[in-house]
Amino acid sequence: MSVAGPALSLRDIRKSFAEMEVLKGISLDAFEGDVISILGASGSGKSTLLRCINMLEVPDSGTVTVAGETIRMKPRRGGGQEPADGRQVDRIRTELGMVFQSFNLWSHMTILQNVIEGPVHVLHRPRAECIAEAEALLEKVGIADKRNFYPAHLSGGQQQRAAIARALAMRPKVMLFDEPTSALDPELVGEVLRVLRALAEEGRTMLVVTHEMGFARHVSNRVIFVNQGVIDADGTPDEVFGEGGTERFRQFVSGLHV
Amino acid sequence: MDLPFLADTMGQLLAVTPVTLELWILCIAIGLVIALLVCWGRVSGVPVVSQLAAVYIFVFRGSPLLIQTFLLYYGVSQFAQVRASFAWPVLRDPFNSAVISLALCTGGYAAEIFRGGLLAVPGREIEAGRAIGMPPFTLFRRIIAPIALRQALPAYSTEIVLMMKATALASLVTVWEITGTAEKIISHTYRTFEVFLCAAAIYLVLNFVVIRAMRYLEYLISPHLRGRPEPDVAATVTGIAHPGADVPELPT
Repeated sequence: MSVAGPALSLRDIRKSFAEMEVLKGISLDAFEGDVISILGASGSGKSTLLRCINMLEVPDSGTVTVAGETIRMKPRRGGGQEPADGRQVDRIRTELGMVFQSFNLWSHMTILQNVIEGPVHVLHRPRAECIAEAEALLEKVGIADKRNFYPAHLSGGQQQRAAIARALAMRPKVMLFDEPTSALDPELVGEVLRVLRALAEEGRTMLVVTHEMGFARHVSNRVIFVNQGVIDADGTPDEVFGEGGTERFRQFVSGLHV
Repeated sequence: MDLPFLADTMGQLLAVTPVTLELWILCIAIGLVIALLVCWGRVSGVPVVSQLAAVYIFVFRGSPLLIQTFLLYYGVSQFAQVRASFAWPVLRDPFNSAVISLALCTGGYAAEIFRGGLLAVPGREIEAGRAIGMPPFTLFRRIIAPIALRQALPAYSTEIVLMMKATALASLVTVWEITGTAEKIISHTYRTFEVFLCAAAIYLVLNFVVIRAMRYLEYLISPHLRGRPEPDVAATVTGIAHPGADVPELPT
């Protein structure tokens, strides 16, 4: 699979909530195989940025391009913009696998049903094929024995791994992780990070909003530091964490350990 | 205790029990359709439609069902236009009037019950559906409606039990169901206590069956609220996240 140009491209994304400007014009390109950690203090707009990519939040201005296809926008009455074609957004969302902070599994479905739901009912692929693939994915994330459990029966770490399998089942071009370990008990963080690491080593294109400095430093190939709605630092982990990093980033990192 | 009298009364009341059941089944079925339409209107987001639905719910929840029934059967017939209209063959019949007034009323209540069920669907689960690209109708059919139904079912069970009892009001517009027939027996035996006791017993048995059936339905659709299933021992327990798997620890 080769894509000419970036797998994901954001241009001048701006977003305000009421009077509060959360994103002040963010542009970034992610190329195939990139694993980008997005760091920032809480309230810096990093989660909002991730949610603007798949239009769960609609940016007030700016464009999102996934694998060369730009999401068409139209002006909204009363200011801002909105997607011009909901079906295009739905189609592009199938190419963007999202993993949420609080898992967001469907509580009335078993783990296996959660994983096959998208392939069967959105992509309309044959059910038997989806089940086989889902079982392989559950095995990969280490919860094959939990396939007939309901989300409420699993630990947070297991639920998050199930949610990752659900996102992978859509065969997405880009994976979006929104603080995937922030809702977990400390002893469960490792099992989810190991899955993320394995996905990174497979060469998947991933954007990970995270507070896990170890992951950002050692697994991602690029680190973006968002501060007050703009990209303050952007580079390889060595560049951003090293001597050449910005003053604000050093303050942010040192603040974490105080 | 006058067992032959009780047996005879019971026999007469059981003979008209199908009338009560017909009233109930029809008003529940028609009321369900009304409720879904009204609820849909209420949450449609279209201001005029939503307000009309709110007015409907207010009127039918806010006024006595007995008066609604009287208005429809006795009140409406005083207008010559109604008596001349296509609806008259339906409305002139007491059974039909009773079914319609019961259905209109339960439609208002059930609409609010379903709206409550919709409001209880966690936004996070809806968002997960949107994030995998579910079109709006698929999202409703696969995620929102199944969760809302599970949330609404206990309250809806109560509503249909209430409607079983509300069918007794049909006796006041001359439908000879259980309560009406009981009054008829009392009017020539003057044995109020025994006769109404028999009638109450029949309602209790009917509602016992309804409550049990609804509870079973709730049980069937809520395995996710029960205990863990047995672990699937056939499944192999390997994988990158499992302890012992050949994946290096994350450096700290």
